[in-house]
Amino acid sequence: MTAQDPVETFRQEAQELLEQIEQGLLDLVHRPGERDLIDAVFRGLHTLKGSGAMFGFDALAAFTHHCETAFDRVRKGEVPASPDLVTVVLAAQDHMRALAEGRPASDAEGQALLDRLQQVVATAAPAQSVAAEAPPPATDGGLNHWHIRFSLPADALVNGTRPLPLLDELRELGECRVVAITDAVPPLKDLVSSQCHLAWDVTLITPHGRDAIEDVFLFVIDDMTLDIEAITPSAPATADAAPEVAPVRDVTPVAATASSDDGTAAQAGEGRAAKAGGDTVRVPAERLDEMMDRVGELVIAQSRLKQLAASSSDIALRAVAEEIERLASEMRDTMMVVRMVPIAQLFGRFRRLIHDLARDTGKAIALSTEGEGTELDKTVIERLADPLIHLIRNAADHGLETPEQRRAAGKPEAGQIVLAARQSGAEVVITITDDGRGVDRARVRAKAEENGLIQPGQVVSDGELLQLIFAPGFSTAATITNLSGRGVGMDVVKRTIEGLRGAIELTSTPGEGSVVSLRIPLTLAIIDGLLVRVGAGRFVIPLSSVEECVELSPEQDRRSTGRSLITLRDQLVPFIRLRQLFASGQPADPHQKVVVVQAGQERVGLVVDQILGDHQTVIKALSGFHAEVGAFSGATILGDGGVALILDIGSLVASGQRQDTPLRAVG
Amino acid sequence: MTSTAQPPIEALTFDLQGETFALEAGLVREVLDLLPETDVPGAPPFVSSVINFRGRVIPLVDLRLAFDMVAAAPTVNSRIVVIEHELDGEPTLIGLRADKVHEVTAIDPAVTEDAPRVGMLWRTDFIRRLARRDGDLIVIPDLEQIFAARGKSGAVVTPLFGPSS
Repeated sequence: MTAQDPVETFRQEAQELLEQIEQGLLDLVHRPGERDLIDAVFRGLHTLKGSGAMFGFDALAAFTHHCETAFDRVRKGEVPASPDLVTVVLAAQDHMRALAEGRPASDAEGQALLDRLQQVVATAAPAQSVAAEAPPPATDGGLNHWHIRFSLPADALVNGTRPLPLLDELRELGECRVVAITDAVPPLKDLVSSQCHLAWDVTLITPHGRDAIEDVFLFVIDDMTLDIEAITPSAPATADAAPEVAPVRDVTPVAATASSDDGTAAQAGEGRAAKAGGDTVRVPAERLDEMMDRVGELVIAQSRLKQLAASSSDIALRAVAEEIERLASEMRDTMMVVRMVPIAQLFGRFRRLIHDLARDTGKAIALSTEGEGTELDKTVIERLADPLIHLIRNAADHGLETPEQRRAAGKPEAGQIVLAARQSGAEVVITITDDGRGVDRARVRAKAEENGLIQPGQVVSDGELLQLIFAPGFSTAATITNLSGRGVGMDVVKRTIEGLRGAIELTSTPGEGSVVSLRIPLTLAIIDGLLVRVGAGRFVIPLSSVEECVELSPEQDRRSTGRSLITLRDQLVPFIRLRQLFASGQPADPHQKVVVVQAGQERVGLVVDQILGDHQTVIKALSGFHAEVGAFSGATILGDGGVALILDIGSLVASGQRQDTPLRAVG
Repeated sequence: MTSTAQPPIEALTFDLQGETFALEAGLVREVLDLLPETDVPGAPPFVSSVINFRGRVIPLVDLRLAFDMVAAAPTVNSRIVVIEHELDGEPTLIGLRADKVHEVTAIDPAVTEDAPRVGMLWRTDFIRRLARRDGDLIVIPDLEQIFAARGKSGAVVTPLFGPSS
């Protein structure tokens, strides 16, 4: 379990690098020529090439090499980072992804990309020298005097950074004097030989500018502290004094006092770097899942202990039980937090999607995101990706108008798509808002009638009409584009969201746009439920769908043999007798209760024998044998070790509409 | 399969209504005393309930129903054999009811044979091999097939005509 497949490790790394490159490229579209971005992309490409070659991805390395070369020229200011170049490299980046994932990628395609790249680079006008922005501040017959002070993070050596080649590179730039700062070197007994304790003071006389020096540190610059200072040759005070007492091990008072401030600064810098990067541990998701299972079992064992303790008169036992209860619940909370990741991870992926959509549809689209810091369970995030892609495509393809139409409607030419996330109780609400034309009711209606979803002339409320969009096989696109409208759209989205125990809702104002909101529970693993009893069986109803509980009066009970309806504050609410549905043999209790639940747009009462109370618990998946029963979304283990099934409200209500055939018939 | 060089199969044997069945010992995770069961309304009788096995909810399978036997009341000897088996591509823990569990024995592949096509009351695809031991027959069930068919023996498929004899 410890040794991960190195190729797999590389793939993960490549994945991240490619994402980083992609983000950099997309940012470049908006801020062309920004030095940091260009460097970031270049670094990403370079690292990808290097590790690719190391792990035997030769085709990837060779291909990436060309892009790296192109970007090197951008970096040097020979070629501008034009939108054309960005588009080509974005396309190339997809090719790299295919190569890295080992998917079959055609060489011809790769070659075509490279040709395009060559072409873009060749035709680009010589750039308005990006590099020359910082004119050399001090010159001495064309020579600059620089004072450079740098230190590496403590784990730099472990991570493969070698200070010596860096110094060699500096020497190549010109006349160079190097002093090692040894202040941070601990006493021998604390010395860890694999850590980098040194910092360096360099005086460099060179015809090159600051950029050339920064280039030397290009690949380590993010984690290190680097000070580059121009000095006038007449006052080389500390720097000149130091070299005379250069021997590294022999710290002179001069060097010590002169650089003591810097020493602490360097240490502080190291601390910061460690906090930013070093404290994170990468853990395979399945280990987290495993741990979550263990925590779930712990919670179950703990609640059994609590029951035992409650029936015991042993004070010490009770104290321990309480302590364990506290620890277990804290442990569970911590575990939940560990699994949470910010939704920014997901939103970041859509920038590329929007870029491509804008290109393919010829519409100008501006994407903005809100609440990127909102956190969700990792599994949930992953499963949200596809539905969101679909919804964004829909918004761009069907929702937004063409620039001409928008101008005619008096709207700004660029369509707005806003992705927003916020937490609301135990749910996260994600909305996709567009300022497009809104849903065309007449067309939805026509389409629904055509597909037999509603009868011609049938009266449906506006809300119901919009809901039809989520019906299977529904698609309103008059012409089918390759982006959306393959008719497997929204119903799949809806199913996926409901599979996450979430809900989807669409509101739309003609001419002003549409809002799709998704309500997703924070986590899949734990559920707040209402524990009820039907016959001898105990069941959990997800609390999120419970509206209220009322008593089923005997006369309502008797009267409702023909029609299963109760009146609730002047509204008729249909109800389902779970006892009948589950065909449990015993006679009903005299005082049955009705739990009113909300399923989609509908309110339905579920008749149960007894309400046992709140129950927060870990959801256990049912095996394939029982998944097909449909009425249950999972199971949970109760405090006494027994099992309660969790009702799947959506499908229960659906099966209740085909009243009232007992489920037993399915078997 | 009929090669004489094959090593003996280590198998756990157990009884269901007087018939002896055998499972590869490697599949077996644990043998349990009876546990409280929770009925799953709507589930096929073959897997009518689930149990709490060390904090996991696992299905409880009654192989009797796959072999046209009737479900019987538990006795002091009743046990649950927990196995790990692929179900729809996922390794799944599954509990099997057993009237009585015997020791793990070695079955020589040389004394096993395919189920005969005729003379069988049971669905022959539910049986992987039959083994002879001391004049008795041991049934090695084909769990793959049984689980895929959700334990529906021929009798259940055509209820009008009774058992498929």
